[in-house]
Amino acid sequence: MTEELHDVRLDVNGTAYDVRVPARRLLSDALRHDLGLTGTHVGCEHGVCGSCTVLLDGAPVRACLVLAVSVSGQRVTTVEGLTRPDGSLGPVQQAFAECHGLQCGFCTPGFLTTITAGLRDNPAPTHDEAREMVAGNLCRCTGYQNIVRAVERAAELAATEGRP
Amino acid sequence: MKPAPFAYHRPASLDEALTTLAGDPHAKVLAGGQSLVPLLSMRLAQPSALVDLAGIPGLDGIEVDEHGVRVGALARHSAVLASADVRRVQPLVGLALAHVAHATIRNRGTTVGSVVHADAAAEMPAVLALLGGSVEAASVRGTRTIAADELYLGPLESSLAPDEIATSAWFPALPPGAGVAFEEVARRQGDYALAGVAAVADDAGVRAGYLSVCEVPTVVDLTDVPAGGRGDAALARLDPAEDIHATAAYRSQLVRVLTERVVESALVSRRDRAGEGR
Repeated sequence: MTEELHDVRLDVNGTAYDVRVPARRLLSDALRHDLGLTGTHVGCEHGVCGSCTVLLDGAPVRACLVLAVSVSGQRVTTVEGLTRPDGSLGPVQQAFAECHGLQCGFCTPGFLTTITAGLRDNPAPTHDEAREMVAGNLCRCTGYQNIVRAVERAAELAATEGRP
Repeated sequence: MKPAPFAYHRPASLDEALTTLAGDPHAKVLAGGQSLVPLLSMRLAQPSALVDLAGIPGLDGIEVDEHGVRVGALARHSAVLASADVRRVQPLVGLALAHVAHATIRNRGTTVGSVVHADAAAEMPAVLALLGGSVEAASVRGTRTIAADELYLGPLESSLAPDEIATSAWFPALPPGAGVAFEEVARRQGDYALAGVAAVADDAGVRAGYLSVCEVPTVVDLTDVPAGGRGDAALARLDPAEDIHATAAYRSQLVRVLTERVVESALVSRRDRAGEGR
């Protein structure tokens, strides 16, 4: 069977990419395979682990639960898009480094995108809110204590410089 | 695994969507996709085509008046949860939505999608059943209203016909002076609940709705059941299922504990609301 292909314009980290994909191409796979942006990690591929979390028009979504063909015209931000223009670390990345919030690093892209959006919506989370902010992301190294600490540290850093 | 091939349609109007759907008995409707895409990836569902509602204007509305809340087919959980009007008119909707998966899922998933996906482990079918809400269904044959107690036939099975699109769901308002509460137990905040209970206490009595307990969302009348006996009274009407996460005995114990706790909270919330009304 010849599969029908769709022309899709993906706006990722401020760059427009034209790709031709089958309808079944997941956004996570389009980012990795069609665009070569391998920062977005694919773990469980059914919406449980959160490793593939990207921002869609600023809101965190599971890239493995979104079809690439369905996001034409929307803005996608991947973990690659969180780095500052001068290449220095943003507050969430800086906090992960300071608090030892990453171990093997596989789940890290999903945590960084989730927390970036979470702190934008709630810039001063309580300890419980910080825990709930990352509750949808699994870390199989079980580094949660340091990750929650990193959420709180990132909030401090962002407050100092005025934006997450 | 990856989804099997399917055709993709993105109609620009409801009429076009209904015609497309009527022409292909194996097509499925895509709204948020947060339940459908995992089924596609696991190849538990292999539709011939998806009819994506995203291009149809006007389906993402959330209308609130003193009679209740009408949620359009494209309204995301996150938008419904964020609505102060929804919280005011029917607070149970917000209480339950806060437990629907995780924020990243709620940003994409739709409340109507969850209602018609008919998963007995999900919050919104149980809430629709408890509140006596309904779903508006459209097809090339016309439109009809499906009451919640006629909607749920079995696990993941609703009475929606293959050519019908659920265009909105209706949650009736909470009567003045009534109280509601919601609680569930999950292994991780936001995961599928091992058991969950919603309760309404109003002039008509006390009712509880159960999720992740039976094969369909189930409502039990607990009016006049004294404190301490509510859990067992509920269990007389329920048949808790066993799965790899919980034995039937453990699930029964969750029903006992949560029923007492949630009904008590609903009664307290009723007293508080009655106090505010004076």
